[in-house]
Amino acid sequence: MQKAAQYSLLLLFVFSSHFSSVFSQIEVCKTCPIKTIKEGIKQAKPHQKVTVKAGVYKEHMILIDKPITLFTNEKVTIDGEDKDDIIQVLADSVTIDGFKIINVGSSHVTDYSAIRVDRSKHFLIQNIELRNIFFGIMLAKAKHGTIRNVNVYGDAVHQHSSGNAIHLWHSNHILIEHNTLVKSRDGIYLEFSDDCIISNNLSKDNLRYGLHFMFSNRDEYRNNTFENNGAGVAVMFSKEIQMHDNHFQFNWGSASYGLLLKEINDADIVGNTFEQNTIGINVEGTNRINYKNNTFKRNGWAIKVNGACYENVFTQNNFLYNSFDVSYNSKMNNNSFNENFWSGYTGYDLDDNGFGDIPYRPVKLFSYVVNRTPNTIILMRSLFVDIIDFSESVSPAFTPDNLMDERPLMKQVK
Amino acid sequence: MLKILKYSFYDLIRSRWSYVYLLFYLILGFVLLFLNNDLSKAVITLMNVIIILVPLIGTIFGVMYYYNSKEFTELLLAQPIKRSSIFIGQYLGVALSLVMSLVIGLGLPFVLYGLFESSAIWDFSLLLITGAMLTMIFTALAFNIALYNENKIKGFSYAILLWLFLAVIYDGLFLLSLIIFETYPLDKFTLIATVFNPIDLSRILILLKLDISALLGYTGAIFNQFFGTSIGLFSALGMLLLWIILPVWNIKRKAQKKDF
Amino acid sequence: MIKIDNLHKKYGKNKILTGVDLEIPEKGIFAILGPNGSGKTTMIKSILGMVVPEKGDIFIDGQKTHSNGLYRKNIDYLPQIANFPGNLGVKELIKMIKDLRDTKADENALIQRFGLTPFLDKKLSNLSGGTKQKVNLVLTFMFDSQIIILDEPTTGLDPVALLNLKELIAEEKAKGKTILVTSHIMSFVEGIADEIVFLLEGKIYFKGSIQQLREKTNEVDLEHAIANILKENNA
Repeated sequence: MQKAAQYSLLLLFVFSSHFSSVFSQIEVCKTCPIKTIKEGIKQAKPHQKVTVKAGVYKEHMILIDKPITLFTNEKVTIDGEDKDDIIQVLADSVTIDGFKIINVGSSHVTDYSAIRVDRSKHFLIQNIELRNIFFGIMLAKAKHGTIRNVNVYGDAVHQHSSGNAIHLWHSNHILIEHNTLVKSRDGIYLEFSDDCIISNNLSKDNLRYGLHFMFSNRDEYRNNTFENNGAGVAVMFSKEIQMHDNHFQFNWGSASYGLLLKEINDADIVGNTFEQNTIGINVEGTNRINYKNNTFKRNGWAIKVNGACYENVFTQNNFLYNSFDVSYNSKMNNNSFNENFWSGYTGYDLDDNGFGDIPYRPVKLFSYVVNRTPNTIILMRSLFVDIIDFSESVSPAFTPDNLMDERPLMKQVK
Repeated sequence: MLKILKYSFYDLIRSRWSYVYLLFYLILGFVLLFLNNDLSKAVITLMNVIIILVPLIGTIFGVMYYYNSKEFTELLLAQPIKRSSIFIGQYLGVALSLVMSLVIGLGLPFVLYGLFESSAIWDFSLLLITGAMLTMIFTALAFNIALYNENKIKGFSYAILLWLFLAVIYDGLFLLSLIIFETYPLDKFTLIATVFNPIDLSRILILLKLDISALLGYTGAIFNQFFGTSIGLFSALGMLLLWIILPVWNIKRKAQKKDF
Repeated sequence: MIKIDNLHKKYGKNKILTGVDLEIPEKGIFAILGPNGSGKTTMIKSILGMVVPEKGDIFIDGQKTHSNGLYRKNIDYLPQIANFPGNLGVKELIKMIKDLRDTKADENALIQRFGLTPFLDKKLSNLSGGTKQKVNLVLTFMFDSQIIILDEPTTGLDPVALLNLKELIAEEKAKGKTILVTSHIMSFVEGIADEIVFLLEGKIYFKGSIQQLREKTNEVDLEHAIANILKENNA
C-alpha cells in the first residue's frame, strides 16, 4: 500500500514537472503576440503544443526541428505561394493535425511537398487537406509514423509535371489509413519501403497509379478502393505483399488495369473485387502467389498473363461475365486454376458434389488472337469466333492444353 | 398501304408460324431465366440468339411469306392500288408481326421475372431494339431476294446463303484479313467492314453495353472515339436504320418495274 | 374505249408482243384469241398495268395509263388462275376486296346466282377449283365498272355455272359495258363475242367479226377456222 502511494507520488511529480511545458500551449494568431507559425515553433519547447487560430498563413519552409504538436481545430490555411516545401519535419514524435495546406512550389529538380518528413520517427500527420500541390506528403527515411485522414485533391494533368499525393522513400513501418487521394500522379507511392500498412483509403482519378510499390517488401494493403486511375495498383519488384479486400474498379483505357504485378514473389491476393476494369490483373514474372476468394466482374480481361509466371494458385475465385477470363500469351502453363466459379461454364454436375463434371478451359483461342492482332476484338462474341473457340477447346493447338479448372464450382463463392 | 399492312398482319397473326415463333421465344425466355435466374447472364445468352436466330428467322419467314402470298399479291395487283403500297404493305405486315412475336415472346418472361426492377432493363431494351431492327433488315433483304427470283427453291437457297454469309462467313473472312494484314493500320478498315454487315453492327451495338471494358482496351483512336462515346451508339443505330431503308427502297424500285 | 398503241414486250430474250395496235370499242364483247404463248394474257396484263411494256402506250377513255394503277378503279378483272390467300374465308375475302377498292359493290345476288352461300365461311384453301373460280367471278362482277376483263373465265366451271356466266355476260353487255374476254373454248367465244382479235407471234393476225373470220378461212365453225390459220402459219 505504501509502495503504491510512493509510485503515485512519483508519477505526479513527473507529470507536474512537464505540466508547464506540455499543457501550457503556444497560440498563433493574427492578433496574438506570435503571428506566424514559424515563430510559434521557434518559441515552443519540446513536447509543447502549438495551436494555430483561424486565418491564412503565407509561409513556407516551416521547419519543425523538435518534438512538438502543431495543431488547429479552426480553419487554418497555410499558403506556400508556390515557392518550395511548406512544412519540413526534421525531429521525431511530431504531430501535425488539422491544416489546409495549399500552393506547393513545383520544380523539375526538387520534389517540393506540402509536408516533408525527413529521417524522423513516430510522427502523426492527420486531418490534413491539400490543394494545388506538387508532392503532397513526402516521407524520406522515416519510420513508425501514421498518415491518417489526409484529403488530397490534386490538379495533375501531365505525369512529368506532377507529383504523388503520398510518397514514401526508404520509409518503414508506416501506417497510411482513411485518406482520400484524388488527381495526383500516384495516389500512394512506395519505394524501398517495407512493413507498411495501407488501409481504408480511397484513391481515384490519379494519372498513373492509385497505389504504386517499387522494391518494397512485406507491405500490406487492405480495404482500399482504387477507382478510375490511369491504372489501379502497380506492384513491382517486391516480395511478400499482402493484398486483401480491396476494390479495383473502373480503371479503363488501352493500357489500364486494376492491378499490375511485375516481378512479384510470394504474395497473397485475397478477397479483392475487380470490377469493370479493362484488365483486372495484369501479371508478368510472378511466382508463388495465392489468389483466393477474389471476384472478377465484367472486366475486359479478368487475368492477363504475360509470361514467366510459375506456381501461382488461383482457387475459390468468382469469374463473372468477363469478356475474357484468363489470357495467356504462350502455350506453357505451370499455374493451377482449380475450384473457381466461372460464369461461362456450361457443364453439369451429375454426381451433385458441387463441382462440374467436365473441366473448364478459361483460356479461349480468341483471346490469343486478340493478343496478336488487337483489332480483331471487334469480332468478339460473333458466331465465327464461338466456332473457333469451340474447336480449340476440343483440341487445344494454340492455348496451354493443361490449363483448365478440373473442378469448376457450380455455385458462386460467397 | 395501311390496308395492305393490316391484311398481311392479320393474315400472319392467324397463321400457325407466328405462334410457333412466339412460342419459341416464350420458351426460350422462360428456360433461360429458369436455368440462370440471373438477368445479366440471360441477356448475354440472348444476344447470341438475337444476332444469329433473328436474322435467320427474318430471312426465311420473309421469303416464305413472299412466295406463299403470291396469290394475294396477284389479287391485289389487279386492284386500283399502287404497287409500292402492295409490297411495302406486305413487307411491313411480315416484319411487324415478327417484331411483335419477338418483343412479346422475350419480353413477357423477363417482365414476369422482374425486369422492371432490374438494372438490366436498358441492356434488355437495347437487345429488343436491335432484334427488331435485324428483323426489319432481314425481312427486307428476303423480300428483295424473292422479288428477283421467281423460282422458289432458288429464292430460298439465296436467302439461306445470305444469312450464312452475313452470320458466319463474313466474320471468318474479316478475321482472316485482319490477321493477314495485321502490320497495316486497320482501324478504318475495321470500322468500315463492320458497317457493311448488319449482324456485326448489331453485335457491336450490344457489345458496347456488355463488353465495353474490353473494347476500350484498344489503342486505335478511331476505336476509342467510336466506342468511348455515345456517338458510337447513335451511329451504329443510324447505320442499322440505313440498312432498313435501302432494301425497302429497293423493294419499291424493283416492284415498280416487275411484271406479274 | 381502250386503245393500244405499238405495244412491245419481251421476257428476257423471249419476245411476246412485237408491236400490237388495237382499238377496242366502247360497247360490246371483244374476244382475244390465239394459241398458247401468243401473248393474250400479256396483253391483258399490260392493259391492267401488271406487266410493264418495253414500248408503246395504252389509253383508256383517251387517258394514258399511269404506273400508279389507280385507273384500275374502272376495270373489273378476272384473273386466269383463281389463286387466293388460303387462310382467308370466302366472306372475308369478299369483304377485304370491297374494303380495298372502296367502291359500291353488290355481291349478294352473285353469291345466290353461283350457289356459294354454303361456302361463305369456308377457307379458300379448302375449296375446289370450280368453286374458287365462282368466287373469282363474284369478286369480278360485284363491282359496276365500265370495263370488264375476263381471262379464261370458263376454267373449271360446271355446265350450270357456265350458263350462268353467259347470262351474266349478256346482262353486262346489255348495260353497255366494254367486255374483254380470252378463252380457249371456242364455242363459248362464238356464242358471245361481237368481235374477235387473233394474236399470233406477238402480232395481231386478224381483227374483225366472227363472220369475217369464217369468210377469210372458208370454214364454217370457229374452231376449224382457227385451226386453219395455225396450220397455214406452220406450213
